[in-house]
Amino acid sequence: MNTDTHAAHAHDHHHDDGHAHGTFSTYMLGFVLSVVLTAIPFWLVMSGTLPSKQITALVIMAFAVVQIVVHMIYFLHMSPKSENGWSMMALIFTIVMVVIALSGSLWVMNHLNSNMMPMHEMTGMK
Amino acid sequence: MSPDLLKLIFGRLGLDSLPLHEPILVATFVMVALGGGALFAGVTYFRLWGYLWREWFTTVDHKRIGIMYMILGIVMLLRGFADALMMRAQQALAFGGSDGFLPAHHYDQVFTAHGVIMIFFVAMPLVTGLMNYVVPLQIGARDVSFPFLNNFSFWMTVGGAVLVMASLFIGEFARTGWLAYPPLSNIGYSPDVGVDYYIWALQVAGVGTTLSGINLICTIVKLRCPGMTMMKMPVFTWTALCTNILIVASFPVLTVVLALLSLDRYVGTNFFTNDFGGSPMMYVNLIWIWGHPEVYILVLPAFGIFSEVTSTFSGKRLFGYTSMVYATVVITILSYLVWLHHFFTMGSGASVNSFFGITTMIISIPTGAKMFNWLFTMYRGRIRFELPMLWTIAFMLTFVLGGMTGVLLAVPPADFVLHNSLFLIAHFHNVIIGGVVFGAFAGINYWFPKAFGFKLDPFWGKLSFWFWVTGFYMAFMPLYVLGLMGVTRRLRVFDDPSLQIWFVIAAIGAGLVFLGILSMLMQFAVSFLRREQLKDVTGDPWDARTLEWATSSPPPDYNFAFTPVVHDNDAWWDMKRRGYQRPLTGFKPIHMPSSTGTGIILAGLATAMGFGLIWYIWWLAAASFIAMLAVGIGHTFNYHRDFDIPADDVIRTEDARTKLLAGVK
Repeated sequence: MNTDTHAAHAHDHHHDDGHAHGTFSTYMLGFVLSVVLTAIPFWLVMSGTLPSKQITALVIMAFAVVQIVVHMIYFLHMSPKSENGWSMMALIFTIVMVVIALSGSLWVMNHLNSNMMPMHEMTGMK
Repeated sequence: MSPDLLKLIFGRLGLDSLPLHEPILVATFVMVALGGGALFAGVTYFRLWGYLWREWFTTVDHKRIGIMYMILGIVMLLRGFADALMMRAQQALAFGGSDGFLPAHHYDQVFTAHGVIMIFFVAMPLVTGLMNYVVPLQIGARDVSFPFLNNFSFWMTVGGAVLVMASLFIGEFARTGWLAYPPLSNIGYSPDVGVDYYIWALQVAGVGTTLSGINLICTIVKLRCPGMTMMKMPVFTWTALCTNILIVASFPVLTVVLALLSLDRYVGTNFFTNDFGGSPMMYVNLIWIWGHPEVYILVLPAFGIFSEVTSTFSGKRLFGYTSMVYATVVITILSYLVWLHHFFTMGSGASVNSFFGITTMIISIPTGAKMFNWLFTMYRGRIRFELPMLWTIAFMLTFVLGGMTGVLLAVPPADFVLHNSLFLIAHFHNVIIGGVVFGAFAGINYWFPKAFGFKLDPFWGKLSFWFWVTGFYMAFMPLYVLGLMGVTRRLRVFDDPSLQIWFVIAAIGAGLVFLGILSMLMQFAVSFLRREQLKDVTGDPWDARTLEWATSSPPPDYNFAFTPVVHDNDAWWDMKRRGYQRPLTGFKPIHMPSSTGTGIILAGLATAMGFGLIWYIWWLAAASFIAMLAVGIGHTFNYHRDFDIPADDVIRTEDARTKLLAGVK
């Protein structure tokens, strides 16, 4: 922790713990990237360039993931080093938790659905 | 007045909502009214309201908030235990054609309220209270990161407790079991206010729990004193960190599940209904994604307490500190991978059940590692059998037993036999009482002298200990037997007369636990009266090892006149060994947060909003919601958030302590 800045800011509660506050150019870069990453999926849907809807959907999702990363880097100023690595740790933990909860629920509910919903066999017989 | 107008003003609330037809409730109400009236009159007579408001209700001091959490937990323990006694008595009596003394309508509320209160309003406040009190002291901080938020969190928890208590006399509580599974908890099967009380009590309290989790994580990450690296943190602080991470990660799931259930009930959505594509199984799945981490939220801090107590009373450094930390972290992650073992029988099939059965068994490995660490800490130690250590030993024996029945239940085929039986009930009481409750009592006996400056009376403490331990075994071992014989949970009457003897034994056990609780209340009273004999002026009555014992008992408002610097795991032990001299001069003004009444006002409004929503008193809900926003925004204009304790005051406080310490020598 940077004690000098800490002492200087003690009274206005501005705790500067060494995270980067972006400059004008990094904010602009982030903004332009976000716009581009939004525009491309938009164009893909509007023009229907890709052969199938499924591929389009997957590509959009890929762009969305990149978009999240861009926001985290340029707007939330996250880097592996920010907050002494706590940001990164919290991010990894969050992703692990969300993946466990979502994939686990999908897996469990899928099994419950096929085992416990009698309607399925009926529709299968039709 | 026209019925329409009445409905607009009072919603569903009417004179018939008061349970005047139930003599047990009327008698309880009379008792509570008399007791509450006496308390109110006493506080007024001794003119304590101003003092309570200024020094306690509006305080942002983590120590006082911690103590208030403990009081809340103990008060709610009395309520929750009264429910337990009624259930034990009912089940012991309702044989041979007898209906017992509780009608079904009331009995179902009793077992639901018992579970909800014991988990949310007893175990959680006790655990949160101990973390609140101890963590900032252990890491050498002056308070938590967000002191006002801490006050607000506490009062939100109280708000939830108030709603549950209100359901006793105004309307009724849920009759669904403590997790309110749909479709039973849906509006079609539970049209009355019970489930709404359940939902809003938990939502209000849940806000408090989540915020206090964020607060404590931030405190531990940001406010450790110089030199205290992560691997030099006391084990209790480590477990507190992991517990609060679990809280922050899991409580939002509960909030969302309950929000979806309330949408089903209030606006007619179909998330968890049987029709229109809804799936009650999804509710069960989601609520256990919160529910399983919840049990580790409760037990991890207890593990931390036992670690501190074992090393202190064995006079040794904790064996395997690093493995203890890693075991805690591994349990934190694994606790998210086992939730399905709560519903093996719902029909997920072999592959899913085997996966979750195996992860459940794996989680017993780090827990077992902890057990060995405690045993090796005691090995060749000079063990002092003071009260905290007694509770710790009782925990080690009891928890191993509960853990073994847990591993048994983790085997899916065995679970198909034991699911929903009294065997399960015995198992989780075995781990929650043996782990969390014994841990809280060890913690209370251990840190009480720190909080109040005198030890707790050992005689009444030991009496309470033996009543609790024998009572626990007598109350729950018969339930294992009954569970193996196939008796299911939540039954009100029984046909088979051969079962009665076991229920009678269990009821006697509950009676012994009751004596244990009474002895504990006596212990507090006697200790208060004998506080001069039990006094501790050193601030370190147990010859302990961690930083909270470096300051006076009770600690000054600012905890430490100078922020300590840490060089070793057992910081205070290390300081003592190296001949640490308390600084006597050079005191400076100390910057501290100011008290504020905003927390209690906001929580009061949230409770009123909950009450309005429960009874469909829409104007009340809307008005309190708007008032909440207004007060919240108003608070941002409060610029009197902090003040400096003048250097003179610090000098006076520290000089007083110097004199006390000199008197000892």
